[in-house]
Amino acid sequence: MAKAAKRAKRAPRSVAVGSPKVPQHVEKATLVSPNPRVTWTRSGRGRPTFWGYRRENGRVGVRNHVVILPLDDLSNAASEAVSNNIKGTLAIPHPYGRLQFGEDLELHFRTLIGTGANPNVAAVIVIGIEPAWTQRVVDGIAKTGKPVAGFAIEQNGDHKVIAAASRQAKEFVHWGSELQREEFGVDDLWVSVKCGESDTTSGLASNPTVGNFIDKMDRWGATTCFGETSEITGAEMVCATRGKTKAVGKKFMKTWQAYMDEVIEPYKTSDLSDSQPTKGNIQGGLTTIEEKAFGNLEKIGKKAKYVDVLGPAELPRKGPGLYFMDTSSAAAECVTLQAAAGFAVHLFPTGQGNIVGNPIEPVIKLTANPRTVRTMSEHVDYDCSGILRRELSLDQAGDGLIDITIRTCNGRHTAAEALGHRQFVLTKLYRSA
Amino acid sequence: MAAPQFLVHDTVDTVGVVVVEGVKAGAALSGWLMATDATIRIKSLGSIPLGHKVALRDIKEGATIIKYGHDIGVAVKDIKKGGHVHIQNVKTKRW
Repeated sequence: MAKAAKRAKRAPRSVAVGSPKVPQHVEKATLVSPNPRVTWTRSGRGRPTFWGYRRENGRVGVRNHVVILPLDDLSNAASEAVSNNIKGTLAIPHPYGRLQFGEDLELHFRTLIGTGANPNVAAVIVIGIEPAWTQRVVDGIAKTGKPVAGFAIEQNGDHKVIAAASRQAKEFVHWGSELQREEFGVDDLWVSVKCGESDTTSGLASNPTVGNFIDKMDRWGATTCFGETSEITGAEMVCATRGKTKAVGKKFMKTWQAYMDEVIEPYKTSDLSDSQPTKGNIQGGLTTIEEKAFGNLEKIGKKAKYVDVLGPAELPRKGPGLYFMDTSSAAAECVTLQAAAGFAVHLFPTGQGNIVGNPIEPVIKLTANPRTVRTMSEHVDYDCSGILRRELSLDQAGDGLIDITIRTCNGRHTAAEALGHRQFVLTKLYRSA
Repeated sequence: MAAPQFLVHDTVDTVGVVVVEGVKAGAALSGWLMATDATIRIKSLGSIPLGHKVALRDIKEGATIIKYGHDIGVAVKDIKKGGHVHIQNVKTKRW
């Protein structure tokens, strides 16, 4: 920690809001099936290790972004201008942040602050239309100890803000680009999972591969997270039994029931047959939400039990283990919330070929559908279709997934990163005021 | 062991999943019952696309469809053994 503190001291200082004076490696063989080369090293009690960035608050990241974070829709243009001026920065525009209130506003702040606080982020520039809310996001991120500066546009204008924020962003890039990776055990790794454009091959092979990964990682003390409240429907009673205690199982059921009562019931027009399963799911052979739900649950393995139920973008606080998060089942919304809770790398099994990515959390795509491997290979990081042909056991597939995950943590760009998929989609609970 | 044409999760399941492309009517299919490692054989009654389900026995209208050893919906029409099982003959019990 002394080292981290020293490093933080050397970092450019945050500036006050409204004071604009201050300054593939794409592998040739992206698909490792059917005989995955297992290349990770193990240390300590047999745990795999990876190379990451230790942040000021002790968390470990696998990317080193300097993020330009708009508070609101109005600040997207200035944020994108800064990221265009200063190479090595990343703007993450989004459409919200004005006139939100209550729980929806809290979620907005939690998601933005969590995104900036994520250990894959080295430093943050926050740009907002007005100073008070901008400061709130700056202060929230500053609690991690990482460098953060905020700029407000009102009474300054885009030009002054872009000039000042660009100067500051350049300092952050110089500082951040000198940070070095260090070796850590996977007990320092936070992994989120969510499937998308699922089909029956997801439930047969790619989701169980993730489940095998989760069971192994759980033993090694990693922190992991699944979500998708609506998509557990049909298997909710089985999911409830996977809570570590009866109380946490009950907490899950309460969360699931609240979703049914507060979202589905008031807003449904007929039923959800056209949305859950999706048209793509149906094309892929999934017939009902129950069938989809049991396939979905394969992602949490056979043994792991979730230690807590999190609200959207809520930080896990019960130590290592598996967590359930109350999220939408829409890919980008779910991954955005998990990234905002601090997860560093994401596993995304797909059947028909969902192509989602996230600006700050690398999304590893795996599929067992041989047709998807053939037709959409540029989106696939890991092909586990060998399971369906009985060429690959689940255990081998899980080891192969650990391998590609470690390599991704070490710096390998995922397909989604190489293709520029940066879907940053905020969850909105209701209309703004 | 040759690659199977369809997979079945659990011994009590009434449906299996076709995992190869190009299954046509009359095709003799070899299936892998994953729970016990047993081999099942069935004749397809129609074209069944990759990822779609095949009935492992005659299923009456109103009967529950079992997959993963669990209830995944209800048959809304009679389905013959070897028939294509999907939205045209099965509905959710939820929404």
